[in-house]
Amino acid sequence: MSFNTYIPLFVVLSSFLPALIIFRLSEKQHTLRTLLNLSGIFITLVLVIWMFVGVYYGEHYEIRFALIQNLDISLRAGPFALFFTGLSSVLWFITTIYAIGYLEGSAHSSRFFGFFNLCITATIGIALSGNLITFLLFYEILTLSAYPLIIHRGTEESRLAGSRYLLYTLIGGALLLLGTVWLYTLTGTLEFTPKGFVQTILQEHSSALVIIFILLIAGFGVKAALFPLHGWLPQAMVAPAPVSALLHAVAVVKAGAFGIVRVVYEVYGLETAAFLGLTTPLAVIASITIIYGSLRALFQDNLKRRLAFSTISQVSYIILGIAIVGPIATTGGIIHLVHQGVMKITLFFGAGNFAETLGVYQVSQMNGIAKRMPWTMVSFTIGALGMIGIPPIAGFITKWYLGLGALESGQGWVIAVLAASSLLNAGYFLPILYRAWFLAPPKSWPDEHNFSKGETKLSLLWPPLITAFFALSFGLFAASPWSPLAWVHLITQREFF
Amino acid sequence: MSTLFFYAVAGIGLFCTGLYTLIVQAHLLRKLLAINIMGSGVFLLLVSLSMRTAGTQPDPVPHAMVITGIVVAISATALALVFMIKIALKTGKAELSSLEEK
Amino acid sequence: MYLKLVLATPWEVFLILLPILGGLFSFLLPKFNKAIGISTLILTLFFVVFIALKLRTQGAFYHLVGGWDAPLGINLYIDGLSLVMLGLTALIGVGASVYAGKYFTQTQSLWFWPIWLFLIAGINALFLSQDIFNFYVTLELIGLASAALTALSNTKEALTGAMRYLLVTLLGSLAYLLGVALLYHGFGSVDIAILSNTIESTPAAWAAMGLMSAGLLLKSALFPLHFWLPPAHASAPAPISAVLSALIIKASIYIQLRLWISLFFPLHNFYFEIFFAVLGSIAVLWGSVQALVQTRLKLLIAYSTVAQVGYLFLAFSLALGGVSVAWSALIYLMLSHALAKSALFLVAGNLLHFHGHDRIIDLDRIAQRLPLSTAAFALAGVSIIGLPLSGGFIGKWFLLEASLADNNWGITAVVLLGGLLAAGYIFKVLGFTFTKTTRTQKAQNIPLSMELVPLCLAIMAILTGFFATPLLSLIHIGNPFGNIGAAP
Repeated sequence: MSFNTYIPLFVVLSSFLPALIIFRLSEKQHTLRTLLNLSGIFITLVLVIWMFVGVYYGEHYEIRFALIQNLDISLRAGPFALFFTGLSSVLWFITTIYAIGYLEGSAHSSRFFGFFNLCITATIGIALSGNLITFLLFYEILTLSAYPLIIHRGTEESRLAGSRYLLYTLIGGALLLLGTVWLYTLTGTLEFTPKGFVQTILQEHSSALVIIFILLIAGFGVKAALFPLHGWLPQAMVAPAPVSALLHAVAVVKAGAFGIVRVVYEVYGLETAAFLGLTTPLAVIASITIIYGSLRALFQDNLKRRLAFSTISQVSYIILGIAIVGPIATTGGIIHLVHQGVMKITLFFGAGNFAETLGVYQVSQMNGIAKRMPWTMVSFTIGALGMIGIPPIAGFITKWYLGLGALESGQGWVIAVLAASSLLNAGYFLPILYRAWFLAPPKSWPDEHNFSKGETKLSLLWPPLITAFFALSFGLFAASPWSPLAWVHLITQREFF
Repeated sequence: MSTLFFYAVAGIGLFCTGLYTLIVQAHLLRKLLAINIMGSGVFLLLVSLSMRTAGTQPDPVPHAMVITGIVVAISATALALVFMIKIALKTGKAELSSLEEK
Repeated sequence: MYLKLVLATPWEVFLILLPILGGLFSFLLPKFNKAIGISTLILTLFFVVFIALKLRTQGAFYHLVGGWDAPLGINLYIDGLSLVMLGLTALIGVGASVYAGKYFTQTQSLWFWPIWLFLIAGINALFLSQDIFNFYVTLELIGLASAALTALSNTKEALTGAMRYLLVTLLGSLAYLLGVALLYHGFGSVDIAILSNTIESTPAAWAAMGLMSAGLLLKSALFPLHFWLPPAHASAPAPISAVLSALIIKASIYIQLRLWISLFFPLHNFYFEIFFAVLGSIAVLWGSVQALVQTRLKLLIAYSTVAQVGYLFLAFSLALGGVSVAWSALIYLMLSHALAKSALFLVAGNLLHFHGHDRIIDLDRIAQRLPLSTAAFALAGVSIIGLPLSGGFIGKWFLLEASLADNNWGITAVVLLGGLLAAGYIFKVLGFTFTKTTRTQKAQNIPLSMELVPLCLAIMAILTGFFATPLLSLIHIGNPFGNIGAAP
């Protein structure tokens, strides 16, 4: 056992241990809390970069513990696992800075940051899971540790939102558990394997395999907010803005999407899934979700709810990408994990800034807001235009690959879905941009806080600017060997095809 | 043999009588008496069955069991009587009122 | 050298003797009763560790008390199954003792400690017994002791709860004893090992099986014989509720297991599996729904026990059907439920003490004001629901594996549904720990140890999920499950 073996474990622990200590800190120790938070992130980032380099040069990182007979807990860093780990840990860093600014002086910060870090632990654990049981384990830990964040404010509304969230996710978890145990009793293994491991029982148990697939996808689909399992997400927006930004826009929904990718590629294998006739229905559901989410977003006045429905729609791009069957579409789907992440987090940071600085929660209150908060609005605009798919922002790359992939595998109808959804995206984002930039601001804002320098607190302003910069440069420099796109090419070549 | 069989049937009869009384009577003292009658039935059965083949010495083990059983029955009755008196003092009647009714 | 000494000492005898002595001394020296009580329990924990060492080196073993062999003498028997139950008793006993040290008033603790130590002696004796008459005696001992402890708070509810419990337990014991009489008459012994060789399918054996099972099912509160449990468990003092749900219920289930595995299995047929599966399923669903609608915390937890007993019988049914992994499920569910449920009851005791009531909707920001208790409740709840990674999850995983291996879709559905309902009632409570109430209420101080004990128990319930392989290999020493389900 070398040091390399333990690195996946260390990555998980580097957010878990600070979480445990932070729980026991008193409210006043915010310097120590911040220090713990940042050092945890720092260690994680160093280890993740280390593994990125290692994996690029073919190094193997894996650690296992026996759970029960024939069933291990396994943490393994392959290219795809690292991709999601990298996304979560970088955005975790930015969101933590934001959250420190956002929650400064409010009550129960220790509890908040404790559970926040637990969520990150779970997300990174999900990313590094080497088999379905480990995945399930961290998946449920994520479910549970996100719950206290949703009901963090302790109001009746947040309690109900929390209950609704649990109702959806725990039912999803139960389906997932059933699918997993069933698969285990049939195959005797749960290890993620390139091109899948169910082929051995394909002849004998094909109908059982179809049902298990439905169970697993339904289980993950709840978190990925697939229609009609999306109902919890808009309500969960009562949580504080950093939670919506990182967890609901990135970690939780992505965990679901990530799980679906794992099931399709490394449990069933794309060919087997297509052979069983499962990919086309999946593509149809993803398309319905894309259109449905966009349509609902059109009619939301509450900014965070509008963004939530937009998330529902956008996450399904990932699922659409893998369901089209083909390397190009897969690239489009997987790259959207990162692209949607940076764009949507930018938008939520913006929404948080408007709420925290001016007390603006509704779209209809946003007239002329760009004059009051120009930099926040610039980053918001980049995020929104990216979502619509305007080049050269990251979202364009996704849609380009999805469209090409659809043509390659002869599924032209996908182009129609993409066009319609882009139109709808424009329909719900452009009015916001128009109001913000071109209408006259009101005489007074609902609840304005003035900060001596700049439009808002610096710790609130930098995060959206940085993520907007990411969104822009991931699009502009997509062809460079350092871009996420280049890494996705590595993933598809090494692991999926 | 027939005498022994008679005792055994009587023992089971006592057990059943006691069980019936335990269920239908509300008063705690009657319930307690019913339990004791059931116990006596079991003891009678045990002793009567200890002569397993006619003409030989009866088996001593069931007698030892019965003695143990009687000791247990006495302690249980004593405890139950204390409960009953306390309940009667608190509620004014020696009956069980169920929690669900309130 | 030391190991030899450890191996030669009959720790199993001390496991019964020491609590009895402790009980006597705590009665005679009331000033030191707390010290005597807690140290006795801690010592039993050590004894169990020594016994585990013995078991690991020499396998399952008998101890002939006074050198008299069966059928005349009394045999103590230790295998993996009895060991794990003894360990559970010692662990929860230590926890409940530390908690009780702070919980009871001066007068209450005068009575508590002697009876409590007798109860522990009774439970230990039960898990060490190897004949059906000793089971009867120990059942009566723990029945009387726990009824007395239930009544300790001396309120109307506690007294009626205790009285009902006492009547039920006496009735159950008498039915059981009648069965013992029939078996002794029919097969001439009360020793399980001897009986298991001689038992045949005669009317006496069938009648005995019916009577003994009925008595034990009543004591283990399997639906529809659970009516006495919620009032008794909810009105008892918190440490007693914890032990009632965690250990006393398990004791009668343990006897049931022993009897079925070695005695009644020749009588077994398919209908018994259906019988246990149906009653278990209804218990899971009915108990969970009842728990969900309760407005008082302790009643909620008590109904949750009704549901969890149902799980045990679901596993039992599958095990009788020959699915060997169901035994692991049964044991794991038993272990994790005992740890988690005792934690839940102790937390409920804290909240009752804190607010003076246990209405769920008025929990009033417990999450901030008693974070340790809330954490204990949450962690224990995770295990009760069966979420990963906890002892409850491992148990549920085995149970699902068993039901799928048996193609038993009914049980599969019940297990999943029961888990969701459990999540419903656990998170119903947790949700209200964050909200504010409109009522004004004064809060009492809670000593730290009363918060730490349930937290430790809850953490143990979680940790059992990590040590499934070593624990199961320990439990299987001496092949306690016989050949039932050994070959799939």
